[in-house]
Amino acid sequence: MTTAQATDTVDQQADFDAVVSAEGRIEPRDWMPDAYRATLVRQIAQHAHSEIIGMQPEANWITRAPSLRRKAILMAKVQDEAGHGLYLYGAAETLDVDRGELLDKLHAGRQRYSSIFNYPTLTWADVGAIGWLVDGAAITNQVPLCRCSYGPYARAMVRICKEESFHQRQGYELLHALSHGTPAQHAMAQDAVDRWWWPSLMMFGPPDDESSHSEQSMAWRIKRHSNDELRQRFVDICVPQAESLGLALPDPDLRWNEERGTHDFGEIDWSEFQQVLRGNGPCNEQRLDQRRTAHENGAWVREAAAAHAAKHSARTSDDAVSGTATGEGAMAG
Amino acid sequence: MNGATSTEGPLWEVFVRSRRGLSHTHAGSLHAPDATMALRNARDLYTRRGEGVSIWVVPATAVIASSPDEKDPFFDPAADKAYRHPTFYEIPEGVKHL
Amino acid sequence: MFLTGRAADAAVALGDDALVLSHRLGEWAGHAPMLEEEVALANIALDLLGQARFLYSLAGDEDELAYLREERAFRNAQLVERPNGDFASTIARQLYFSSYQELLYTELASAEGELAPLAAKAVKEVAYHRDHAVQWTLRLGDGTAESSRRMQAALTDLWRYTGELFDPVEGLPVDTAALREPWLASVSAVVRQATLTLPDGPDRSGWTAGGGRHGIHTEAFGRMIAEMQHLHRAHPGATW
Ligand SMILES: [Fe+2]
Ligand SMILES: [Fe+2]
Repeated sequence: MTTAQATDTVDQQADFDAVVSAEGRIEPRDWMPDAYRATLVRQIAQHAHSEIIGMQPEANWITRAPSLRRKAILMAKVQDEAGHGLYLYGAAETLDVDRGELLDKLHAGRQRYSSIFNYPTLTWADVGAIGWLVDGAAITNQVPLCRCSYGPYARAMVRICKEESFHQRQGYELLHALSHGTPAQHAMAQDAVDRWWWPSLMMFGPPDDESSHSEQSMAWRIKRHSNDELRQRFVDICVPQAESLGLALPDPDLRWNEERGTHDFGEIDWSEFQQVLRGNGPCNEQRLDQRRTAHENGAWVREAAAAHAAKHSARTSDDAVSGTATGEGAMAG
Repeated sequence: MNGATSTEGPLWEVFVRSRRGLSHTHAGSLHAPDATMALRNARDLYTRRGEGVSIWVVPATAVIASSPDEKDPFFDPAADKAYRHPTFYEIPEGVKHL
Repeated sequence: MFLTGRAADAAVALGDDALVLSHRLGEWAGHAPMLEEEVALANIALDLLGQARFLYSLAGDEDELAYLREERAFRNAQLVERPNGDFASTIARQLYFSSYQELLYTELASAEGELAPLAAKAVKEVAYHRDHAVQWTLRLGDGTAESSRRMQAALTDLWRYTGELFDPVEGLPVDTAALREPWLASVSAVVRQATLTLPDGPDRSGWTAGGGRHGIHTEAFGRMIAEMQHLHRAHPGATW
């Protein structure tokens, strides 16, 4: 590196730091530190993977939804998750990575997705528990990211958070109906909450003193609050909601702490978290397998579309009104 | 923006007019094998809650962007021409409709 | 109030078509050949489910109709209950059915009757479904050797379920037999453009018991509704 280049980088770093600390947004073509780019790619890809793997546990109930209204809601929700995946892969691609490449890494087990989706949906009530708790935890995590320093990621999060609020509400409503339904339905709802509560708390990641990347990510404004902070916020939100559901949260140590002004809650079983993370969750293999199979089974379709496009690329699209678009573009100047 | 044609097909940038009277704004991107499918996919992905009345799709490779390296010569000249903005001018108090 | 008699039967038959096809498309969730198609297939499934719910609501309680009737009481055409198969099979089913449904709803929209408003709205949805099927038929037919082979096989396999679409639907103010000619014209134009050929075998099975419009279904259908109905039936009288 020449001296001139070195000075350049120093200037660029200073510009970058100034934008970030002034709560400005970094945009795709701006200079950014390599480590910032790499961290973002990893974080956004993991997030995108979680959205599309997250379709599976709920899609598991589309064909069995017990009313047509619920069937429509569930289908729309699972569809939204596919959409979220697409928004996020789009954001990642502004960082000069390719979606195909990210999917390959997911399929090869070289990039992660949220461990929560390695738990099975055993009953219909699990659909409600996922909406209320899992989407709820995701929202708690994601709302602050609407203000993260990377523009495309922040914009994707704004769109996603808008859609997520329906997800959480439908889950809550579903559980409420079960909890206030027949004794069998109530028991189903309680059982689901019993199984999903602790894994939901684990969604915020390891405790602050064991979390490795946190400090740098906070400085970069691509993480805005610590894991424990967000977890605490989530618990405080859930306790009154559980009460009005008429369902108990499965934690005997859960109680209001007057002094701290928040709830105390019990010890999380981090050995389970580590196990699931390492691939030993109940559904890790199944989820990845289904994703891989869908991708492999779709290969001939994608190849056909590409071959067709190559054959017909000389011709313009039959119905794309390109004339209108360019005309107006020119007007807008 | 990355325009590589991977196994996912080429990348398209999507612009949506949210309602009549407004201009198209960038909504995001997607993959599609060709322009026709890109329009369909954009309709399904970006307007399923009634967010749009018109869509443009543009191959990502066709977008020519100003480079941030030229940031200063490109945009700075516009920054010191305050006389282009109405607030530059002082108007005696009490004068209306100006 | 609810429709009764034949008018109700007609609403239920069309509702059954829409529900059953929606259910089949819903089975694709998490399995589509590309992520964009997850969104597209779900959109079509949701349109159809909306149609089914509206049609059922004209004749009675939507959940009673969907969840508490036995297999033999369903009046959907057999075509829509055929298992998804590969993506080409799903597209062939979509092409055959949406082409029919578009013609049917266009007629229905201009006919007198309670179904006209639904048909007027649904015809726009269905036009989009057909467009989706057409686009994919063209790409698979005129794509690679493998896709062309698969698309041709799918069109041929499902051909024998197409004849039934033009049988009369009791209580429906549409001459369904008259739809066959325009249907054939539009489907064969697409198939030709896709560099494929329209099958020339029989367009229905040789069994006088009839087909789906008479409550005679294929074996796969029994399993499909068993899955669809079991939870609802396991909790009689419960609300969800
Ligand atoms: Fe999501
Ligand atoms: Fe969600």
